[in-house]
Amino acid sequence: MSLYLSIAIIALIFVVIFQIAKASEHVSVLKGEEESRKQANKINGFLMVAFLVLGFVGVYVCNEYLFSKTLLAHPAASVQGEKLDEMLWVTLAVTGIVFVITQVILFWFAYKYQEQENRKPFFFAHSTKLELIWTAIPAITLTILVVFGLRNWFFFTGEPPKNAMVVEVTGKQFGWIFRYSGKDAVFGKKYYKNIDPATNSVGIVWDDKYSQDDILTEQTMYVVKGTPVKLIIGSRDVVHDVGLSHFRLKMDAVPGIPTTMWFTPKYTTKEMKEITGNPDFAYEISCDQMCGNGHYSMKGIIEVVDQEEYDMWMAKQKPQYYAAFPEKDPTAVKEADATVKTDSTATVATAKM
Amino acid sequence: MSHEAVLHGHDSHGHDDHSHEHHDTFLSKYVFSQDHKMIAKQFLITGMVWAVLGGLMSVLFRLQLGYPEASFPWLESLLGKWAKGGQITPEAYYALVTTHGTVLVFFVLTAGLSGTFANFLIPLQIGARDMASPFMNMLSYWFFFAASIVMLSSMFVETGPFSGGWTAYPPLSALGDASPGSKSGMDLWIIAMALFVVSSLLGGLNYIATILNMRTKGMSMTRLPLTIWALFFTAVLGVLSFPVLLSGFILLIFDRNFGTSFYLSDIFVNGVGALSNEGGSAILYQHLFWFLGHPEVYIILLPAMGMVSEIMSINSRKPIFGYMAMLGSLFAIAVLAFLVWAHHMFVTGLNPFLGSVFVLLTLLIAVPSAIKVFNWLTTLWRGNIRFTPAMLFAIGFVSLFISGGLTGIWLGNAALDIHLHDTYFVIAHFHIVMGVASMFGMFAGVYHWFPKMYGRHLNNSLGYIHFWITMAGAYMIFWPMHYEGLAGMPRRYFDFSIWESFKQFAELNRFISLVSMIVFATQLLFLMNFFYSIFKGRRVTTKNPWLANTLEWTTPIVPGHGNWPGEIPEVHRWPYDYSKDGVDFIPQDVPVGADETSH
Repeated sequence: MSLYLSIAIIALIFVVIFQIAKASEHVSVLKGEEESRKQANKINGFLMVAFLVLGFVGVYVCNEYLFSKTLLAHPAASVQGEKLDEMLWVTLAVTGIVFVITQVILFWFAYKYQEQENRKPFFFAHSTKLELIWTAIPAITLTILVVFGLRNWFFFTGEPPKNAMVVEVTGKQFGWIFRYSGKDAVFGKKYYKNIDPATNSVGIVWDDKYSQDDILTEQTMYVVKGTPVKLIIGSRDVVHDVGLSHFRLKMDAVPGIPTTMWFTPKYTTKEMKEITGNPDFAYEISCDQMCGNGHYSMKGIIEVVDQEEYDMWMAKQKPQYYAAFPEKDPTAVKEADATVKTDSTATVATAKM
Repeated sequence: MSHEAVLHGHDSHGHDDHSHEHHDTFLSKYVFSQDHKMIAKQFLITGMVWAVLGGLMSVLFRLQLGYPEASFPWLESLLGKWAKGGQITPEAYYALVTTHGTVLVFFVLTAGLSGTFANFLIPLQIGARDMASPFMNMLSYWFFFAASIVMLSSMFVETGPFSGGWTAYPPLSALGDASPGSKSGMDLWIIAMALFVVSSLLGGLNYIATILNMRTKGMSMTRLPLTIWALFFTAVLGVLSFPVLLSGFILLIFDRNFGTSFYLSDIFVNGVGALSNEGGSAILYQHLFWFLGHPEVYIILLPAMGMVSEIMSINSRKPIFGYMAMLGSLFAIAVLAFLVWAHHMFVTGLNPFLGSVFVLLTLLIAVPSAIKVFNWLTTLWRGNIRFTPAMLFAIGFVSLFISGGLTGIWLGNAALDIHLHDTYFVIAHFHIVMGVASMFGMFAGVYHWFPKMYGRHLNNSLGYIHFWITMAGAYMIFWPMHYEGLAGMPRRYFDFSIWESFKQFAELNRFISLVSMIVFATQLLFLMNFFYSIFKGRRVTTKNPWLANTLEWTTPIVPGHGNWPGEIPEVHRWPYDYSKDGVDFIPQDVPVGADETSH
């Protein structure tokens, strides 16, 4: 009912505006078209300058209200992020100056040179000097930004330091799987046809001797504060994207084509909770590439901890090999059994294969 | 019209028979018309229908973003199972987002913009009786119409329309098992797009042939109005890039239906298992797509730029500043448009060196863009500005082009894109610079050439209301999105409530949704104005209501098929002799006087 009511009200407003506009046209005929045109011109000339002023007020208010909600309000959580933020500020300064100057000129000229009877427009068709000036200045400014940008770009996409820990990230509809290489620090081979959602979610080749100590976790990844992390990124089905907004990085996860990305976390999750003043703060991994109907819920978490806590966590992890072959697990046979049963939907999928 | 009559249009005798012959039936005048002016109107009105549908879709998905928890019973009666319990489902949300993008980019801002104004203005402004091939021109519209029907019908299939984003990246778009929208909805989507490409090629070839071959006597290339130059480069871009898109789609059809592996490799689909495809590359599609996708941005922007240049010059009563520089920058943009596509792919794992080349080339585009902006500003300087609604939209275009262009400098730099890619910052950027700005160019064009199209004026007061609300609304919608992007908020999310990092923007999202509804309603006001004025608007009483120089204003108030009843006027000068030697304006067909200064 309220829908029909609001439609009726909107329609009514429309008709009123429309009638007023129609009437104004009749008035203009009575007053003389030239006269009313001049009047409209004055009003619009004034609105130009009003829009400029109100626009800047709006920008200010918007900034007051929203700046604290952006990532720029707090320090970046990675070394890469710091460099990126620095570059972001420089770019903001450059584009901000150009923005203010050009917008002011545009609306000011529109106001100042509105039609006046005694003004003779200035026939000014070209000036090579002016054209050269505004070709050269942007070109020089952009060169600076390009050089600045490319230095960062090659740092971001370059090789990580030797001491980097390596984690393999695999996207799937709609979640994240992480693989650690285990004690031997070498990932076992994988082949997608080996994938079994229950026991082998990334398709590890168990015959490979390096694979037997590989550790798989889902949704949460642990990394160490201050230690560079290299991610080897892949996807099981469609294109996903590992979006790490707090670390200011992202990289696509493409089926069949591994990609990499590395970063050095600067603050533990705990420290970041204090910095942001948000007790619920978490380093969230957002999927940033449209991947299907559950795209918006494809969330992962990065826990940044210190070395000690990381070692404790790692000690508790069990190689995936024992989940696949519980009978070979020297410690607890029953536990591994339980893991298999939890993923019942996946078992159905396996049966279909 | 026989080809002969077109080519020898200067002799009026061949043409007269012809205009009788074509005004015979309702069908040949309004439906299967070969008159470029009627075809332009067909494109315009079809484009407007799509703009309303596309805009309505954005209102619906903004409703979800603004009020994720609320339930609207009327939505269920409108969308049925796609809005169970009055809440849009994720499937419907993604279908709306995808169709909104596809429709606005291709059907409104490509066909609706180029289709309308290239058809309408090219013959009128170069002094030709019609297009090089009026029949092909008619086909171009009807292929577009067929594409529209197929696209529309894709919305009614059982599994829903395509919902994987307008870029249609495989494997998502290739695998029906990965997303229901990728089932038959996607087949229809591809067919519609293929028909659209055919339409766009038929149109583009015609525009190029017409501009190159059919200019009237004296109309040298450097005497062409900038609108024509812009439309020329637009057509060239389209002809060179759309076939690549089509080839990409054909490979996609093969992957979808015939078991090939162009884009597919190493895939395990939940509930289905491992697919047999190996060795394909999902990235290959992205290269093919963006090889069109980026020029497409300029296919959308250039016509708007051309019309804005023309309208600014007329209403400032001054020549456009730096005609040759404007031309050069159009050319530079057209060339660079083909060399920057991979800046959409900085985070796909692209070779970093290749990425650096694309950074350089991308930021290079800022130079011709800056030249254009400064030239428009100088055109205003010391002018005598008349704020017609068209002029307001032209000024609005420049403002938006500046705002959106500057954020392009952020995103074009790979080292910033690696953070901002696929966030709301990108949405803000391309909506301002490409979406709203081109829409403003289109509005400017409609307001300016409406008297030529229908022999009547649009209501000015409504035009002013339309402009100011849309202008303020556009900034209120998209400016705050930059902040969301700077918080890393990703695009294409149905709901942000589970995200600690993004849920803080709920209030802002509601504000944006509200404004977008107001702006959408204002566009309906424009539609009312448009259709009312076709029949009841104030009649145009003079041939040249804007006191402009170009040739279309030398035709009768409502020109028939063939445009000029007598001979086509001969051109003696460039189109921008405004306020020269103290004369307000000197039309192109006026011979150069002996005492005239050269510009």
